[in-house]
Amino acid sequence: MKNGFVIFLAAFAVLFTSWSAFVLGPQLQLGRAKQVAVLNSSDVYPINRPGEAAQGLQIYRANGCAACHTEQVQQTGVACDVVLTAAGKNPSAVSNLISTLKLNGLTEQEAESAAGKIAAAGGKVETHVIATGADISRGWGLRHSVAEDFLYDNPVQLGGVRVGPDLAGVGARLPDANWQLLHLYAPRSVVKDSVMPPFRYLFVKRKIDGAPSPDALKLPLTQQPDEFMPTPGYEIIPTDDAKKLVAYLLSLHADVPLYDAPFTPPQISTNAPAK
Amino acid sequence: MTVNENSTNQIDASCRVPLLVLFGGAALWLVVSSLLALVASLTFHMPEKFGDCPWLTYGHIQPAADDALLYGFCIPAGLGVALWIFARLGQTPLRGAMVPVVAAHFWHFGVLVGLVGIFVGDSTGFQWLEFPRGGSALLFFAYLLLGLWALMNFSGRRESGLFPSHWFLIAALFWFPWIYSTANILIVGWPVRGVVQAIIAWWFGNNLVFLWTSLVGLGAAFYFLPKFSGRPLQTYFYALFAFWMLIIFGSMRGVPAAAPVPAWLPNLSALNSLMLIVPVIAIAVIGWKTVCGAASQECKGGSFCMIKFGFVSFVLSGLMLFATACPHFSQLTQFTWLSAAQTQLQLYGFFAITMFGAIYYILPRAVGIEFRFPKLIRVQHWFAMLGIILFVASLAIGGIEQGMKLQDASVPFADSTKTVLPFLRASTMGLLLLVIANLLFALNIFAMILAWKWSVAKAVFAFVISPLEKSEVKA
Repeated sequence: MKNGFVIFLAAFAVLFTSWSAFVLGPQLQLGRAKQVAVLNSSDVYPINRPGEAAQGLQIYRANGCAACHTEQVQQTGVACDVVLTAAGKNPSAVSNLISTLKLNGLTEQEAESAAGKIAAAGGKVETHVIATGADISRGWGLRHSVAEDFLYDNPVQLGGVRVGPDLAGVGARLPDANWQLLHLYAPRSVVKDSVMPPFRYLFVKRKIDGAPSPDALKLPLTQQPDEFMPTPGYEIIPTDDAKKLVAYLLSLHADVPLYDAPFTPPQISTNAPAK
Repeated sequence: MTVNENSTNQIDASCRVPLLVLFGGAALWLVVSSLLALVASLTFHMPEKFGDCPWLTYGHIQPAADDALLYGFCIPAGLGVALWIFARLGQTPLRGAMVPVVAAHFWHFGVLVGLVGIFVGDSTGFQWLEFPRGGSALLFFAYLLLGLWALMNFSGRRESGLFPSHWFLIAALFWFPWIYSTANILIVGWPVRGVVQAIIAWWFGNNLVFLWTSLVGLGAAFYFLPKFSGRPLQTYFYALFAFWMLIIFGSMRGVPAAAPVPAWLPNLSALNSLMLIVPVIAIAVIGWKTVCGAASQECKGGSFCMIKFGFVSFVLSGLMLFATACPHFSQLTQFTWLSAAQTQLQLYGFFAITMFGAIYYILPRAVGIEFRFPKLIRVQHWFAMLGIILFVASLAIGGIEQGMKLQDASVPFADSTKTVLPFLRASTMGLLLLVIANLLFALNIFAMILAWKWSVAKAVFAFVISPLEKSEVKA
C-alpha cells in the first residue's frame, strides 16, 4: 500500500463492518425488545424493578460491585423427569410398566418415548424440564441468564470475573434483607473466609438513644465473634444507600421459565404442614 | 556534522516539547496505576482493612488502576511515539508543536477528571469505559486534536514512501475516535436498552485494549526492530498480510462465550478469536526473520531488548486469546482470572514494555540530553520483565485452577476462591516489582524533564544578563 488514503479506506471498511456486526446488528435485533410471555402463564416478563431497587442498581454501579460479581448463570443443558400424575383405569399395568422404565434425568427424546409408553398403558404423565450445570447445582439460578433478564436495567452489570459468587438469583437464594445487610457490613460474620471488603461506610454506628431503632442491624448474639459486635450501647444503622443496594440485590431473581430458557418451576405443595 | 544528521537532529528536536508533555504525564500515570493496583491487590491479603473508606474498596480502586494504565500511560505514550515515527519516516520536522502540547495537557487533565470520577462513585459501570462523561469528553477532543495533527504532519511529509509502521499507526489513529464516540454515545450519553449496552462495551473494550494497542505497539516494533537489527523488515508482504488479518479478525470479537445474548454474537467472536492465530503467526514470523540471522547488536537490557520482549509478549497474548476461544477451554476459563492475565500481558508485557524501549531511544535524541541514570534502564527492564512474568503466570495458573473448581458442582464456591488466593498473593509480589520498575522509569523521565527545564532556565537567564550588543543600544 503506497498511499495513505488507501490505508484509511481499508481501515474504514473493516471498522464499518465490525461496527455493523457488533453495534448496529444487536441494536436492530434487540434494541426494540419488549416483554415476553412467561411459559404456561398469562404473565409477562420482565417487569421494571421497584423504585428502591432501581436506585440500588446505581449504588451497585457506583461501588464497582461488577468488578467481582457476575450476573450470568450458565447452563450446560436440560434433563427431563417423567412424573406420573394419574394411574388411569389400569393402575397395576401402569405401575408394572413404570418399574421397568427409567424416569429421571432423561434426554428430551427419552422422556418423550417413556411418556408415550405410559400414556399408551392408560396413565397420565407430566414431563418436568430441569436445567443442568454447575451454576444450577450450586443454586445460583433455575435456568441460564437470558437477554430479557436485563431489559429494563441501566446500566447492565453483567460482570466478567467470579471473585465472589454469581448474583443473578441472589434475591431468590438469600431473601433475608437483614442477612444481606449483615453481609455488607461484616462479610466474615456470615460467610467465613470471605474476601469481600466490608462496606462499613454504608452504615452509621450510633449511640442508642432511648429505644433502639427498628432499622438497626439485627446481630445474632450467638455465634458472633466479638470483632463484629458494636460496642454495648451502640447500634448499627444502614444508610439509605445500603437499603437501596439490598433492595436491588433482593430484586435479582431471574426465575421464570421463558421460551428460550424453559424449565419446570419446582412444585410448592399447598397442603404441606405449616413451618 | 553532515547535512543528513543535521536534518535528523532538527526533526527530533521539533518533537521535543510535545514528547516531554506526553511522556512525562504518561510516566506519572504509570506510577499511579501500579500503586493503585498494588493497593487493590492488598484486598486479597487483608480485606477487613478497606471497609471505612469507599475510595479504597476493590470496586473503586481496581477500575481506576486499569484506566490509569490504559488511558494514563498507554494512549499518550503510544501517541507520542507515533508523532515521532511520523516525523522521522516522513523526514519532516513536526510543525505547530504547540497544538499537540495543548492537546496533551487536555488529555492528562481528562484522565485526572476521569479517575476522580471513579473514586467519587461516578463510574459508568462498564469495564474500560468507567470514566464519567466530563473526563471522556476531554479525552475525545484531546485525541481528535492530537490525531488530526499527526495526520496533517503525515500528509505534509517530504519523504513520500509509506512504510508498514505507517499502516498500523494510521489505522490506530483512526480507530480510537470511532470506537470511543460510539461507546460513549450509546452507553453513557443516550443509552441503548438492555444487553446491547454490554455487547457494545465488550466490542469497545476489545477494540481498544487488544486492537488499538496491537496496532500502535506493532507499528513501533516494525520501525525499531529493523533499525536495531540492521536489516529491513522481513518481509513487506508478510506485514501487509498480517495488517489485514489483524484488523479484520481482531476487530470483530470481544463477546464472551457464555454471554446472555443472541448466540451468533459469541459464536462470531469465538470464530474470529480462533482466526487471530493467522496474523499472530504471521507477525511472529516477521519478528523472527527480521531479528534472527541479522548482524544484530547486543541488546544489553536496552531498547532493543525491551522491544524484543514486548514482541514475544504480543505473540503469547495472541495465543492466549486463541486458546481461550477454543470451545472446551473457553468454558473452563470463563469468569476466571485468566482473562485478567491476558489483558495485563497485552497492556504491560507487550505494549508498555515496547513503549519503554521506544521512549528510551527517542527522548535523549529529541531533548538532546542523555538520561541521568543510564544504568537504571537495565535494572528497570529486569524488574518490569520479572514483575510481569510473575504477575501473568500466577494469575493464569490460578485462573485455570479456579476454572476447574467452578466447573465442578461438587466443589463449594468458597473453595474456588480459596484455591486462587495464593496465586493472587503471588501476583501482588509481581505488582510490587512493577511498581519499582515504573518508579525507575519515571525517575529517568522526570530527571530528564528537570534537566531540560534547567537548561532552558539557564539559557533564559544567560540571555537576560548578557550585555546588550552595541547595535541594540539606542542612542
